[in-house]
Amino acid sequence: MIRGAVDSEDPDRLYTVTGGRSRVDESVFDMVTLIVSESEPSPGMQSEHAKILRMCHRPLAVVEISSYLGLPVSVVKILLCDLLDTGKITARHPQVVRSDRQLPEPEMLKKVLVALQNL
Amino acid sequence: MHSRTSDRPEGAQLSESARDGLKIVIVGGFGVGKTTMVRSVSEIRPLSTEETMTQAGVGIDDASQVQDKTTTTVAFDFGRISLDEQMVLYLFGAPGQERFWFLWDRLFMGTLGAVVLVDTNRLSDSWYAIDRLEHHGTPFIVARNNFGEPKHTLEEVRAALDLPADIPIVDCDARERDSSKAVLVALARHLYSLSTSPSTFSSAPSSAAQESTA
Repeated sequence: MIRGAVDSEDPDRLYTVTGGRSRVDESVFDMVTLIVSESEPSPGMQSEHAKILRMCHRPLAVVEISSYLGLPVSVVKILLCDLLDTGKITARHPQVVRSDRQLPEPEMLKKVLVALQNL
Repeated sequence: MHSRTSDRPEGAQLSESARDGLKIVIVGGFGVGKTTMVRSVSEIRPLSTEETMTQAGVGIDDASQVQDKTTTTVAFDFGRISLDEQMVLYLFGAPGQERFWFLWDRLFMGTLGAVVLVDTNRLSDSWYAIDRLEHHGTPFIVARNNFGEPKHTLEEVRAALDLPADIPIVDCDARERDSSKAVLVALARHLYSLSTSPSTFSSAPSSAAQESTA
């Protein structure tokens, strides 16, 4: 196969052939990002992928998936990238993204406080 | 790593509408009762998992002394509390040992706050945890896991830990659900109070922040 220079490649294609396996993609998942299946496992699918789809009929956090699969969190994030890229799952990310020393909004913390008091 | 044969979640399932995962970390030395506390308030049986990382690739303080790549593995327990139809609180029991802190940013970025669970017979474990939480800018409270008659008052423990006056310290019995719940409520109240006080945890330096780093 004759290929053109890499810099003439469509960036989207380069993204596709790597399967999206870059650190940037993994980092979209927090440990408590909630994962929901959007399709059933298909024949021939990698078994870990199939297991994830079966266990996420209801929302399940990344860290719970990690525990049930017996795989480190970072490995699970890579598997989830594959499934997210192909639209087989959706990801509900935490509202709190605290990259700096910022506390969440008081209204949100108040809701947490009241909910814990009412347990 | 631990082995599990089932790939089906056990126990209570989350609501379909659950969409916002929150984190609180319980930090403490080995055997202080972290998992006990997680178990007493969690709606699921505590689970465990692990995270690994290659140390050479991370900007730790003494990275220059690391000659070879070494893989660090940290195991931790966790449980879950559904707060309402949307919010789900995950409680992590985390070891206070040194290597754990290399993984703090990766694992616990965005954590609401922390509970330092203290065994008064081993206060030195807690000093390190408190120092690291201050370093990471994570708000926290201290809870003494207290079985039976305490040997020291809480104020004596506060003094021994050199804990600033504005950080709450409470007694608890991690085996009791209500007691563990009260610890979480105390943390949530502290966080709420910090969020409504403009001088704390703002980006601008404040006298309170400077005092707490002394």
